[in-house]
Amino acid sequence: MTDLTRKTADELAQSLAANEVSSVEVTQALVDRIGAVDGEIHAYLHVDAEGALATAADIDARRAKGEQLSYLAGVPIAVKDVLATRGMPTTCGSKILEGWIPPYDATVTAKIKAAGLPILGKTNMDEFAMGSSTEHSAYGPTRNPWDTGRIPGGSGGGSAAAVAAFEAPLAIGTDTGGSIRQPGALTGTVGVKPTYGGVSRYGLVAMASSLDQAGPVTRTVLDAALLHELIAGHDPMDSTSIPDAVPAVVAAARRADVQGLRIGIVKELGGEGFQPGVQTRFDEAVALLTGAGAEVVEVSIPSLEYALGAYYLVMPSEASSNLAKFDAMRYGVRVPPAGVDDPSAEQVMASSRDAGFGDEVKRRIILGTYALSSGYYDAYYGSAQKVRTILARDFAAAFADVDVLVSPTSPTTAYPLGEKLDDPLAMYLGDVATIPANLVGIPGLSLPVGLADEDGLPVGLQLLAPQKADDRLYNAAAALERMLEEKWGGALLSRAPELEVAR
Amino acid sequence: MSEPVTGISRDDVVHLAGLARIDLSDAELDHLAAELPAILDHVASVQRAAGDDVPAMSHPVPVDNVFREDVVRPSLSPEDALAGAPASDQQRFLVPKILGED
Repeated sequence: MTDLTRKTADELAQSLAANEVSSVEVTQALVDRIGAVDGEIHAYLHVDAEGALATAADIDARRAKGEQLSYLAGVPIAVKDVLATRGMPTTCGSKILEGWIPPYDATVTAKIKAAGLPILGKTNMDEFAMGSSTEHSAYGPTRNPWDTGRIPGGSGGGSAAAVAAFEAPLAIGTDTGGSIRQPGALTGTVGVKPTYGGVSRYGLVAMASSLDQAGPVTRTVLDAALLHELIAGHDPMDSTSIPDAVPAVVAAARRADVQGLRIGIVKELGGEGFQPGVQTRFDEAVALLTGAGAEVVEVSIPSLEYALGAYYLVMPSEASSNLAKFDAMRYGVRVPPAGVDDPSAEQVMASSRDAGFGDEVKRRIILGTYALSSGYYDAYYGSAQKVRTILARDFAAAFADVDVLVSPTSPTTAYPLGEKLDDPLAMYLGDVATIPANLVGIPGLSLPVGLADEDGLPVGLQLLAPQKADDRLYNAAAALERMLEEKWGGALLSRAPELEVAR
Repeated sequence: MSEPVTGISRDDVVHLAGLARIDLSDAELDHLAAELPAILDHVASVQRAAGDDVPAMSHPVPVDNVFREDVVRPSLSPEDALAGAPASDQQRFLVPKILGED
């Protein structure tokens, strides 16, 4: 029965529909797997075995009655702890929300529940999604299933590690500067940031509202497409939600044909500064695409050199504003200042925020406060917003010539825990390839393309497409995935080391 | 366009922490005062990119005001709304004093 944890979501959906297995059996297998390996991985902050099994039993009963169910009904899922889940703790990896239980569901959560997917629990993350390694979680880091001495990427390291360690076939992540794609690349999983506004942000605790986007984390491209279609769509509760129809991503993933597809290699995202083993696997993957009939050209996006700077101004500015709501008045922890009799609300606010927020959150709030302050606003925040315009123009020019753009997802493979913890600039540089998509709102997908020769760790390839053309990513990624798995003789994750199983 | 202003002193950080309503410890203030100039130096490159003729883009998709009919809809019950409050009393949030002595 243990191999149930190794099945893809699509395989599970088919087995459930054919009554070869019950959702309770699948869910129990995953709960057991979590119990066995999560002590080592720490992908989850909260596991809801009882709730997941109750949903599974309900789905099994409804299926037995012949009820028409959604395709993924009964397939368990993990949800990043940044999405509100009614009745289930939601902490955003922060002490300031310790013990908070939302009285409502995020739209993504509501859609998952309505479709009958048992929610296994909430996954670990950098505090308020600020970080690239999941070491900034107030509840301790997540470890990479490929090498537990290394980071799983961030901020959605918990979601990626849960999927890579066979603790969930599906997970939800959120991506503000690469937090779905970069951990996807570092754990050998598929991660997708949909077009901005393609998936509702209602109930997603905001870090940077103009950049944040929820999306799927899975083991295959088709699984990501199935989950994408389930969570996407217009939501009147989110004023930035796109009213257009959801792109046909599942059909695109099943089509998987790159004949005649024009692919642009982004000159600025590769070569110098990129780990040799990352570059080698990337080049090989591009060669496979060419062999399958895609046309590959080099394109230049000159304004990319300013993207990182713009991101590290826009993101903390919006974060400093969004996180002002954590004021210890209506929810969250309240920590009165020590040695002050009858403190004022302002004093309680300041002491609570000091006690509740971690170092990285404080760093970004202060940086954002500076960038937005009188006298500096135009030079910093204003200039950064102009860079977005220039970037958007450069991307539009590139997409006039090609259908999709490709680059390595991350310049390096997973690095050892602690290596960059005291060097925020070094950590920020690792997001250079993923950040531009958030600034201009285009969709991005990362899929595994092999293991780097020097360290045997997963390498990700990133595909980018114009706004609302998410289906192009799935088509090309599925074609590449098929060729790679033929070459490897199976899925990359089947080569991950066995984890120590607790008894 | 003026040159980047990246001189940021410890006193500036104290002021920013006040604006952000975070009581930072002395050690945290020292640490941030050392770190912020380096980060700001790095991000200041944006000032070279953007000429006066470039419009700012605050959002990846054009955002319009969204209106709906002004009708009463179900919302959180008072119990739900207060469930996460650090302190509450008689269907109200209980907060520390807001006005000072004078």
